[in-house]
Amino acid sequence: MQKRLSNWGNYPVITSEENAFTQEEQLRQYVVANSSIIARGNGRCYGDASLGKNNISMLKYDKVLAFDIQNGILDVQAGVTLDQLLEIIVPKGWFLPVTPGTKYITVGGAVASDVHGKNHHVDGTFSNHVIDMDVLIADGTTVCCSPTQHTNLFQATAGGMGLTGIITRVKFTLKKISTAYIRQTQYKAANLDEVLQLFDTYKHYTYSMAWIDCLQTGNSFGRSILIVGEHAQPEELTAQQQKAPLTIPAKRKLVVPFNLPSFVLNKLTVKAFNALYYGKNYKKEMHKVIPYEPFFYPLDAILHWNRGYGKAGFVQYQFVLSLDQKEGLVAIMKRISEKGWGSFLTVLKVFGKQDSLISFPMEGYTLAMDFPVRKGLFEFLDELDEIVLQYGGRLYLSKDARMQQQIFWKSYPNAQAFADIVKQYNPDARFESLQSERLLLTK
Amino acid sequence: MPSVLLLGAGSDMAVALARKFASEKFDIQLAGRNTSALEPMKLDLQVRYGIKASVHAFDAQDYNSHASFFSQLPEVPAVTICVFGYLGDQEKAQQNWLEASRIIETNYTGAVSILNIISQQYAQSGNGTIIGISSVAGERGRQSNYLYGSAKAGFTAYLSGLRNRLFKYNVHVLSVLPGFVDTQMTQHLTLPPLLTAQPEAVANSIYKAFKSKKNVLYVKWHWKYIMLIIKLIPEAIFKKLSL
Repeated sequence: MQKRLSNWGNYPVITSEENAFTQEEQLRQYVVANSSIIARGNGRCYGDASLGKNNISMLKYDKVLAFDIQNGILDVQAGVTLDQLLEIIVPKGWFLPVTPGTKYITVGGAVASDVHGKNHHVDGTFSNHVIDMDVLIADGTTVCCSPTQHTNLFQATAGGMGLTGIITRVKFTLKKISTAYIRQTQYKAANLDEVLQLFDTYKHYTYSMAWIDCLQTGNSFGRSILIVGEHAQPEELTAQQQKAPLTIPAKRKLVVPFNLPSFVLNKLTVKAFNALYYGKNYKKEMHKVIPYEPFFYPLDAILHWNRGYGKAGFVQYQFVLSLDQKEGLVAIMKRISEKGWGSFLTVLKVFGKQDSLISFPMEGYTLAMDFPVRKGLFEFLDELDEIVLQYGGRLYLSKDARMQQQIFWKSYPNAQAFADIVKQYNPDARFESLQSERLLLTK
Repeated sequence: MPSVLLLGAGSDMAVALARKFASEKFDIQLAGRNTSALEPMKLDLQVRYGIKASVHAFDAQDYNSHASFFSQLPEVPAVTICVFGYLGDQEKAQQNWLEASRIIETNYTGAVSILNIISQQYAQSGNGTIIGISSVAGERGRQSNYLYGSAKAGFTAYLSGLRNRLFKYNVHVLSVLPGFVDTQMTQHLTLPPLLTAQPEAVANSIYKAFKSKKNVLYVKWHWKYIMLIIKLIPEAIFKKLSL
C-alpha cells in the first residue's frame, strides 16, 4: 500500500510502499520476490535510514516469546517496542540494559541503530547486551548470529542500519532493579569547562547527561545542567512509594495536535526557554527521587513533540569527538552559537570506551541538537561536518538525513569493512534505504 | 479464570482481541488452521498477561471436524468470538466457483457450522456469549464485493436469529459490523483514514460492547449512518451507481 512516510524529524517526507507481516514465512516470500527493501520500526530515527522504496513495517511482528524472570533474559520478535517491554519487565524487577531518550522504538531498531543511553560510559550500547538474534538475509534464509556465531553478521548488524538484512528476533539480557524510581542529582555548571569537570567527577554514576545552552557566550559559554542518576533502593522511597516500589503512577500524556508554525521556535524563544530551564535550577545541587519515566523519557510525555518544529520538519545533528578533542567541541559550539540557529534541546554526554565495527559511539564527547529545516541549513551543516571531520569525529546515522557520502566514508574508520560484510549478506542491494543510497553503502 | 475462544486467531483483529481480553484476565484459546503460526501469539499472551493460553487446530471449511474440535477444548469457553473471514477476489469469484465457494463457505457456512454446535452447548448450560464479526459489506450488495457481502449478509441474519433464539437461555449474541479496518486483509487497498479503524480500537469497542451486552456494534460508529443512507437509496438509482 502506498503511504506518506517520514521519520521523527518530518524530513524527508516520501510517498512509498509499506507492507506489514505477522509470520516469518510471509516476510521470507516478500524478501525473495522484491528488491530495494528496508525494515521500518516505529519511525523514531530522525532521518532517512528507515525510508526506502519497499518499506517493511515490523510493528505487527511484536510477540514476546520468552521472559526468564530469574535471570532477566527476554526473547522477542523484533517489532515489539520498548514501551511495551517496560510494562512487562519493570513490575518484575527488571529494566532495559540500555535505553535511548524515547521508549517508542522497536527492539530491531535499537539493534540496527545500536542505540546508547545515559549509561553508555558504564554499560555500552544496546548490542553489548544481545545474546543472539535472527537476521533474515537477502537469499531468504534466517541466520542466527551472536558475538560467537556468524560473528561478522552480528557485528555488521549492530549499528548496521538494516543493511545486512531484516532483524526478526532478538534475545537480550536485562538489568536488575529493586524499584521503578531513580535517585537523581542535578548539578548546575556555569560553563563548558565546569560541566566537563563535573562529568569526570561523577563518572561513577550509572547514568549521566547534561542539558547545555548553546546560545551563551563569554564566561557563560556552555552553561549546563548535569543530570546524574542511579536506580533507587527501596529505602530511598517515601512510605507511600514503598508499598509498591515497582509500579509508578500512570500519568496523562500531552499531545501536540498539529504542526506548529515554524516561527514559534526562534532565537528569542529558545533563549527564553533556556533561561527558564537554567533558572529553574535555582540551587547549585538538587537531589530528588523520581519515577523512571521522566528521568529517561522526558519528551515522551509530550506525544508528537516533533510537530513543534512545523511542517518543514527538522534534523537532529549529533556528532562525537574523542576525549582529547575538547578544542573541537569548543570550535563547533562556537560556530553554532554564532549562527544562533541552535535548538533548545541540546544534549551533551561523555561516552565510555566502545569497541565495535560500525556503531556510532567512541570514547569522548557527544553533542545532539535539533535544527529546524530552513534555507541555508544544509550548507551550514556541511560546514559543521567539515569541522567534525577535521577533529576526527563522526555523525550518528540514526539522526542523519543529509550527510554527504564522502564525510561518512572519511569519518567511519571501518566503513569499507562494514560495506564488505553488507555485500556478503546483501549482494544485490536487496536491502537498501534512502540513506544507504545517499552514502553509497549498498551500491 | 473464564476463557475466550478465538476462531480464526491468526488475523490482526484476532491478535488485538486476544490481547484485550487477556489484559482483562481471560484465558485465551487460539484456534486456526496454521497452529504453528499461532505459537508465538500463545507465548506472547502468557508472558505479557500471565494468563493461560492454548492453541487448537480449526478449519472453518472442514465441517465434519467441528464437533470434535469443540469437545476437545480444555474447557468450555465463556465467550466465543468468530473472527475468521475471507475477503476473496470478487472478479475471480464471478467466474471461478472454487473462489466463490471459498468466500461463501468461510464467511457463512463455516461460521454457521461451528456456531450451531457452540450455541447448542451454551443453550443447554444457560450461559455464554457469542460474538460474531460480520461486516458492513453485508448491509447491501454492491458490484465490487457482493459475494463477500452476501455471505456476510447471511452471517448477520444468522447472528440476529441466534440472538433472538438464545435470549431466553441467558446466552448473549453480539453482532459486530466493522467498516474499514487497517489489517492485512485490507493491506492492498487505499482506505480513507477517517473511516478506517485500527484493530486495537475495534477490540476495545468490542470489549465494551461485550461488557454492556450490546446487540449490534458498528465500528467506527459513523458506519451505522453511512450504511443507513446507502440502504435508503432506491434500487432504481442504486443499480446505476458504481459502488
